[in-house]
Amino acid sequence: MITTKDIRFSYGKGTSFQFPDITASKGDSLLITGGSGKGKTTLLHLLGGLLRPQSGDVFIDDTSLSVLSDRKLDHFRGKNIGLVLQQSYFVASLNVLENVVLASWLATGRHATEKAKQLLEQLDLKDHMHKLPSQLSIGQQQRVSIARALINEPKLLLADEPTSSLDDENAYKVADMLSGLAKQFGTALVIVTHDQRLKDRFPNQITLS
Amino acid sequence: MITKIAWKNIWFKPLNTLLSIILLTASVAIITLLILLQDQFEKKFSDNIDGIDMVLGAQGSPLQLILSSVYQVDAPTGNIDYTEAKKWMKHPFVETAIPLAFGDNYRGFRIVGTTPEYLHKYGAEITNGKIFDKNFEVVVGSTVAQKMNIKVGDKFFGSHGDSEEGEVHENHAYIVTGIASSTGKVVDNLILCNIPSVWAMHDHEHDHENEGEAVEDHDHEGHGHHDHEAAEEAHDHEDHMAAEEEGEEHHHEDGHDHDHAEEVHDHVDMPVSEEGKEITAVLIKFKSKMGIVTWPRLIPQNTKMQGALPAIEINRLFTLFGIGLDALQYLAYGIMLISGISIFIALFNTLKERKYEFALLRVNGASRLQLLMLVLIESLLLCVTGYIFGTIVGRLALSFISGSSESEFKISFNPLEFVWEKEGYLFLLTIFVGVLAAVIPAVKAYGLNISKTLANA
Repeated sequence: MITTKDIRFSYGKGTSFQFPDITASKGDSLLITGGSGKGKTTLLHLLGGLLRPQSGDVFIDDTSLSVLSDRKLDHFRGKNIGLVLQQSYFVASLNVLENVVLASWLATGRHATEKAKQLLEQLDLKDHMHKLPSQLSIGQQQRVSIARALINEPKLLLADEPTSSLDDENAYKVADMLSGLAKQFGTALVIVTHDQRLKDRFPNQITLS
Repeated sequence: MITKIAWKNIWFKPLNTLLSIILLTASVAIITLLILLQDQFEKKFSDNIDGIDMVLGAQGSPLQLILSSVYQVDAPTGNIDYTEAKKWMKHPFVETAIPLAFGDNYRGFRIVGTTPEYLHKYGAEITNGKIFDKNFEVVVGSTVAQKMNIKVGDKFFGSHGDSEEGEVHENHAYIVTGIASSTGKVVDNLILCNIPSVWAMHDHEHDHENEGEAVEDHDHEGHGHHDHEAAEEAHDHEDHMAAEEEGEEHHHEDGHDHDHAEEVHDHVDMPVSEEGKEITAVLIKFKSKMGIVTWPRLIPQNTKMQGALPAIEINRLFTLFGIGLDALQYLAYGIMLISGISIFIALFNTLKERKYEFALLRVNGASRLQLLMLVLIESLLLCVTGYIFGTIVGRLALSFISGSSESEFKISFNPLEFVWEKEGYLFLLTIFVGVLAAVIPAVKAYGLNISKTLANA
């Protein structure tokens, strides 16, 4: 469950954003669309605690992100927020499985190896677990980052343009996968995109203007 | 886990890593080698001058005198008259005086005429057999015994002088009566006998050469001289000095006489007369420190000898060495600086491509401090690896050097010895270089703005 209240943000002078209030509950999906320069990514970063709003607040369940210290916020984010980005980044020297396990270790201090394997299997990556991320296709990499985002069963799953670099078939596959997994793990899903293909799939939509 | 990532990261760029490690290894190896070499060298040199305050020997380079008579590495400066030397040896200032006479070698190992006191001075005991007593009996140092596989009762012929290829004295064989215990000092590489053995070995040769001349001289001499000579001969046995001051022909005859006398002596194992004989050097330990102060000046003023102080000469030698060692050391520190820069450049360059990786780690819950540690640990892993390789390579180099110095100077080094203090400092220095190289990249990773990094992707 995520709710926001009156969040504003500005990059120095000139560009400032005022975002509408957002709510997404457990298992729900919310699509945020808007043209470029409307602050889609900024909003996503605010929701994920990567940026702090100038005013207003973000609540995940009952926790207010604005009262957390930097260190606590890092920890909270690792444990409760999963992030899938437009482009997938990995620790290049670790293999796929290690990358996913690393996310569990950073958040909880435990190596959830079995769970990571299960998740990767579910995402059809069973044969690629011991490859380096750079050896995978873009679509496969995207799926690995989804597995990584979900390994800690977060309360909030954020996706930034998860489909924009994929073809139609893969875009729908990823969209279904995200909403399906969000339901399975009881996670609130927020997708930020300008991809028109997704608009038919998600009834809950907010358009930034 | 952070260490594991760091370890995987450094091997993800093997060429960068290899370059840094090679540079570090080179500098640590050189410095380790120098540390071990200097330490063991000084220890070896200082051990051997323990209990020697002054060396009495022929005039010439005092350093050469010390090197030849204490360390047995250089050629002797010349010989000194034993009678003359004895005056100083018996002086009340002197606590112990050990005479040394060099003559021969056996397969490159020096045969030195001395007194049993020499063995005691270096703490060597006879482990097998007994001390030399009669002429041509020898006690063999532990290293010589081991290398040449010499046992008590063996016989061998010495070669003249320092070089293995010297003329072989085939007239007399040395008989091994004892093997000395290992001391780690110069005595291990020596073959020791009494001083008369050295005299006898060489007088004998000398006499053979002169025999013919002596006979010739007889022919030239008139009958009138005959009585005189006979008288002189009788006199000879009592006072060689007087004989030597006489004319040429007497000298020859004296030699002839002596030869005869010696042969007899040899057979009955009586000591050879000391008169007019020469030795190479005397190792002196003073009772009174006055000797150390005054004798080095007094001796050359009054005699044809010199008194060299080992402590001063060895200090001088170390100073000379020191310049070379210092230069090498600076070179090594230079290489270490370069390796530090190489680590810095490697970390700094990859930082640009790795900032997404860092941002991602932060998204996944890594703290700023963990990123800082990651960069720092990568650098330290390189340094520790370089240090470990460096210590090993330095020791390998030392064992090579030890091999060649052993065959050349009979000085060996122990590569397995650790100089904890200096090597500890070296380790700290290496770590410091690693930290220094990582500071800027680590701080950059620490201060990374993840939102900006990910938004600009």
